[in-house]
Formats: sequence, structure tokens, C-alpha cells
Amino acid sequence: MSIDKKFELLRTAAAIAVALFIGFVVTCIVSKSPFEAFSYFLRGPFTTTRRFAAFLEAAIPLMFTGLSLSLVFAAGQFNLGADGQFFIGAVAATAAGIYLNLPPVIHTLVCLLVGMAAGAIGGFIPGLLKAKWNASELVASLMLNYVFLKLGMYLITYHMRDQSVGALVSLPLKKTCWLPQLVPNTRIHAGVFVALAATLFCYYYLYRTSRGYEIRMTGQNIDFARYSGIPVLSVILSVQVLAGAVAGLGGAVEMLGIYRRFQWLASPGYGFDGVIVSILAKNKPTLVPVTALFLAYLRVGADVMAMYSDVSAEMVAIIQAVIILLVTAEAFLSSYRHRMLLKEVRQSAITS
Amino acid sequence: MQSLLRAILSPSFAASILRVTTPILFAGLGAVVADLSGVVNIALEGTMLFSAFTGVVVSAFTGSAWIGLLAGIAIGALIGLILGYSHLKLGTNPVLAGIALNLLASEGTVFLLYVVAGDKGVSSSLASKVIPEWKIPIIKDIPVIGAILGKQNALTYMSLIAVVVVYLLLYKTSFGLRLRAVGENPDAADSVGISVHKVQFVALAISGALAGMGGVHLSMGYVSWFSRNMTSGRGFIAMAAETLGYRHPVGVFLASLLFGFADALSNYMQSLRVPGEFIQMIPYVLTLVALTVYSGRQSRSRRSSK
Repeated sequence: MSIDKKFELLRTAAAIAVALFIGFVVTCIVSKSPFEAFSYFLRGPFTTTRRFAAFLEAAIPLMFTGLSLSLVFAAGQFNLGADGQFFIGAVAATAAGIYLNLPPVIHTLVCLLVGMAAGAIGGFIPGLLKAKWNASELVASLMLNYVFLKLGMYLITYHMRDQSVGALVSLPLKKTCWLPQLVPNTRIHAGVFVALAATLFCYYYLYRTSRGYEIRMTGQNIDFARYSGIPVLSVILSVQVLAGAVAGLGGAVEMLGIYRRFQWLASPGYGFDGVIVSILAKNKPTLVPVTALFLAYLRVGADVMAMYSDVSAEMVAIIQAVIILLVTAEAFLSSYRHRMLLKEVRQSAITS
Repeated sequence: MQSLLRAILSPSFAASILRVTTPILFAGLGAVVADLSGVVNIALEGTMLFSAFTGVVVSAFTGSAWIGLLAGIAIGALIGLILGYSHLKLGTNPVLAGIALNLLASEGTVFLLYVVAGDKGVSSSLASKVIPEWKIPIIKDIPVIGAILGKQNALTYMSLIAVVVVYLLLYKTSFGLRLRAVGENPDAADSVGISVHKVQFVALAISGALAGMGGVHLSMGYVSWFSRNMTSGRGFIAMAAETLGYRHPVGVFLASLLFGFADALSNYMQSLRVPGEFIQMIPYVLTLVALTVYSGRQSRSRRSSK
């Protein structure tokens, strides 16, 4: 392992440790029995089989948004539209699941494709505005998140609502489009395979194709990429469309696998959680499943803690924020890295 | 349709525009100060949320709306400094640091609300105070103008004053000159002895304080309680207003008014059986269009000047 890799790993671990410690301190401040509460937080997913399943389920949507953001971050773009793309992908898949009459498997595939297409449109708009008019994709994608949220809620409320149910939910999706359950008595579903396939695809695309090379070059130094003849505008556009498709696919998978009728009233927020997933994974698609599992673990642990103690689950946001701040902080532990490098240099001087 | 037109042209509608413009304007001014110093402040959204929460809680415990306002401003400035610390001292990308702070705000305020008020939705169990409305003598007796400007929340007047203050600060003081120099070219500023980081720290504190005033207006002026994620994207709209307003305080004021108009219109049209979701989309779509037009013109003029 190179020094840089070793250091990155160490620094990430240190950041997580510091964040957990801060989370513990906060728990101590607000809770009457902090040790009990925090221990529920740490081992929550392992307390029952059901919760362990919940932890695996929770990682699936995070993988999709994490992959989506890894792609745009690798290209150096700050498109934060994954949240809206995920949402509109779920709405589009809901529509396809309610209204289309297709045989099993084909229906599922069509729903997934429809979700991908909706998400891709969500990525295309800020991508086009950036490539063609140089409009900030950051602001554009943040605005689009709200547009998609409102548009989606309009479509559900006025066109797909199940009138026989008191709460605002859509009509149920047809059984022909459901993603099958993998483990009985849990909600672990075949979407896991879709997520793993997406992971492999993103890895292959980013590291084994020439377009992937162009994306990474553009992300590292856009001016250099431009001067060496890489068509940066089309790179910027295509990476955002692809990222949108991945996020939209995630929304569709969540609908077909877990909910089977649309029931969100607000964005579930996976888009911004995906930022943490991709940052921890250093934008490497192959690491995304690991970091998505990690974040899912924290989330489910926090839910279990809230169930058994006087600390609410939102405590985990503090831990998440500290992790983002420290993992992305270049100066965090950089003096230690310096020492590591010096040691290495001295050793190699001795051995040679 | 006619009734809608009449409603839009009425002074009370104009007054409601000013009311909904206030938080966007405060945060938009904050965006200008940060951006001109060379740091993009995407944490405005979270800053507003934290300040809205702090204002309510502090006013409930001290019994004074003004102390609540001051606390909201102080927290806003503090968040600006935290953003500054992580970006300038720790080398975090400001956008990622902003995302972290926004995440922290959106769930952290719910966490704290549960600790303080025992509720995860609204703060109605807290006896929080509101910033009073002011009546301006003389102006309030002028027809039409009096109905628009004569009686507004104190923070609305402050936001109008803030436009002038921020303008003077940026363009008529030596600090403003240094701030813009740092944003324009930090190396050049550094070479003439300006402490780049110090200027940016101060700029971010001011930026956060302004956004904080906007947040306090939401929870202690516009309504009289704190509810989860009550900013609903106003901090991001403020960033758009900043872009649309040519990064100039007066431009931001005009752009904020435009967004305020769309917002007020959506409140109004909800009574007309137009699906609310469509109306609520207006400010965001408008921002997208405006952003595109603005950027398009910018890149064209840059090309023609070459």
C-alpha cells in the first residue's frame, strides 16, 4: 500500500472516530443514561434479525445516490441534483408500475428504465445549462430538486392518488413489476443485484473506458483536459446525464422493492446522504457499497437508539457533518502525513 | 382573472411582497459579501435554519424578542466562522463544508427542538416572542405608499437599511475595497499586505449574521414559531438572487423582490384552485430561467470582449 493510500485510510478512520466521540459527548449532554443510549446506537443493527435486515435495505438507496455523486464529483462538477433525480425517478417508476400492463420481469425492467430516464432528464437540464450557457450547475441543480419535488407531489396528488386511503399515497403498483423479496420476513429485495450491477457498471465506465478517462481528467484539471483535446463540454453533459440516470434508477428500485406504492410527502434526503457516501468512498465506485453500508449502519443504529432511549435519531446528523468536514479537510492530520513521508524517505535511504 | 389582477395591483399585495422578500434579501446580501470575498457560502440555508431556531428558543427563555434576534445573529456569524475555519484553515472545499453544515442544520435543529420543546415538528410549546411591527410616522399617512411601507415588521425595514449598509461597506470603505481585492485576486491582495484569511473570516461572519437575520425573520416575524426545515430552500434562492443581481447589493434587492413577487403570488393563487404545487414551483423555475439568461449573457459578453 502506498503512503498516500495508507494515510487516506488512517485519516478517514480518525475522522470517523472523532465524529463518533463528538456524537457520544452530545449524547452525554442530552441523555439521562448516555451509556445505554450510545450502546444501542453502536450495536443497533445487530440487536435483532429484523434490524439487521433494515440495515441492509437502507444501504440500497444510498448506494445509488452515492454512485451518482461519485460520477459527478469525479468530473469535478458540483451537481447536487441527486436528491430530486431520485425522487422523480421514484415518481416515474410509480406511474409505470400503476398504469402499464406488462408480463412480469418485462414490467419490472420497463419501470426501472422509466425511472432511469426521468433521472437522466434531471441530470440533463443542469448539465446542458452548464455546458451551453455556463450556468452554475450547483445552483441549477439545487433549484431543480425543489421543482422535481413539487412536480412529483403534484403528479401523485392529482393523478395517481389512491382515493380509498385516508393518507396521501399513490395507487398500489401492479405485482408484475415488483422486485422479488430475497429473504423471507424481511424487505431485502432483488434491488441489491441492481445496485451491485450499477456499481460494476460505474467502475467499468469510469476506469476502463476512454470516456471515463476523459471524465477523470476533466475532474482533475479542466484546463489541462481542454488543452489536450478532451471535449470537456460533452464530458460534463454526459456525466451528469449518466449520474442522473443512476439516481433515478435508485428511486425506481426503492419503489419496486420496498414501498410498492408511493408514500413520501417530502424528499427522503438520500441525495445529500449520497454526498457522504461518495466522499467517504473517495469517488471510487467500488468502495461505494462499503461506505453506503457504513452510513446505513449509523442510520439504523440511530433509529434503534431513539426507540429505546431519550435521544432522538437526528443525533446522527452531527456525526455525519463532522465526518464530511474532517474527511474532506486537507489539513486534518496533514502533519502526521508529513512525518510518515519523512520516515519512508529515511528508510529507503538506509536500505539503498 | 380580473380579481387576480386587482389583487396583485393592490397595496396589500405589494406589502406582502416586501414581507416574503425579507428573508431572501437578508440571505442574498450575505451571499454577496461572502462571494465578493472569494468564498462561496452555500451554508446560507442551514445558517438561516439555525438562527430561526436560536431566535425562538432564546426569546422564549429570556422573554425578549430582541435578545432572540441578537442570539440569532450571533449564531449566524458563528456558523460563518465555522465555514471559514474548515475552508480556510482545514482546507475543506467550501461547497462540501456548506453541505455538511446544511445537513447539520436540517436535522440538528430537529434534534435540539426535541431536547428543548419535546416535539419534532414545531416549537409551539415554547412561549417565544415575535419581532414587533413598526409604524413609520408621516409615511404611514401617505396614500398607497403608506399601505405598503407604513407598517411592516421591524426586520423588513432593517433588511432595506441593510441594502444601503452593505453597499456602503463594500464600495465606500477601505475594508470593502480590501474585501473585493481579496475576492478578485487573493495573491495580488496578499502581495500588498492584506491578510487574505482575516478579511475572508470577517466577510463570512458578516455573511452568516445577515443570513441569521433572515432566519430570525422567518420564525419571529413571518410566523411566530419554528418548524422543521422551515427555510425550504430560501437560502438557495438567495444564492440565485445574488447571481441574478449581478453580485451587487442593489441588484440583489431587485432580484429578491422578483422572487418575493413569485412567492407572494403563489400564496395568493392557492386560493384560486390552481394546484398549489405548480404555484410553489414558480420561484424555483424562475430562478433556473434567470440563471440561464444571466449566465448566457455573461459568457457572451466575455466572448465579445476578447
